[in-house]
Amino acid sequence: MGNKIIILCKEANHVCDKTQYKEATLWEKFLLNIHLIYCKVCRKYSKNNANLTKLMIKSPVNLDPISKENLRTAFEKELAKHK
Amino acid sequence: MPKHTIDPNQWINRYSDYLFNYTITRVNDSEKAKDLVQDTFVAGLKSMKNFKAEASERTWLISILKRKIIDHYRKINSNKGKAEVRISYNSEENEGDWLEERVADPFDKTAEDTIENTELGLAIDNCLKKLPSKQAQVFEMKTILNYETEAICNELNITASNLWVIIHRARTAMASCLEKNWF
Repeated sequence: MGNKIIILCKEANHVCDKTQYKEATLWEKFLLNIHLIYCKVCRKYSKNNANLTKLMIKSPVNLDPISKENLRTAFEKELAKHK
Repeated sequence: MPKHTIDPNQWINRYSDYLFNYTITRVNDSEKAKDLVQDTFVAGLKSMKNFKAEASERTWLISILKRKIIDHYRKINSNKGKAEVRISYNSEENEGDWLEERVADPFDKTAEDTIENTELGLAIDNCLKKLPSKQAQVFEMKTILNYETEAICNELNITASNLWVIIHRARTAMASCLEKNWF
């Protein structure tokens, strides 16, 4: 991304994607924000992208099947002891 | 009102996801959360005869779990700050009544939140199913399972720029799909 202040939409979107996983550098985020000042399309993309991240965080996490099975076997042992 | 019954054989099926979810939002460590859920089930089993059928099984289990979570934090605290000065406002003659304790717990999830969250989970699942399988796989690994970029690249034998292109396409599709079905 060289030393230029003006970046292409493609690059801006890439930085935006990285930002969702906290992998963009401070300089990249700075460039993205400069880009967003004048680019309406990317502003919209950034907004949707951030919303998606928010939803993914909010969505319920289920136990993965393996640990659920572990939990079940451990619990069934207890259950047998109890009876 | 139907009388509440208790049936430990069904606990894992019915409540393990719910309890896990409840715990993970509070302790932020999935290994710890699994342990706490298991402890809760075992403790529930041991004190089954104290179940008074006034509340549903789930509420009852949650109340045990809450204690377990508090104990967990107590344990961490006593490990890290033995020299910490603790001020007890709870003296013999006057019960503690700090303002903070009188307001409802903002982190306590209401039934409505749970329903909304379940629906959101379904909407996300549906949108994931519509993605091409490669995109869904990468997106899931990156976003839900929180794998490192490098780990995914090694596993699937792709380059980092491949990965970001796939992620970009998946995110665009997911965002528009959820916009239609959720917002």
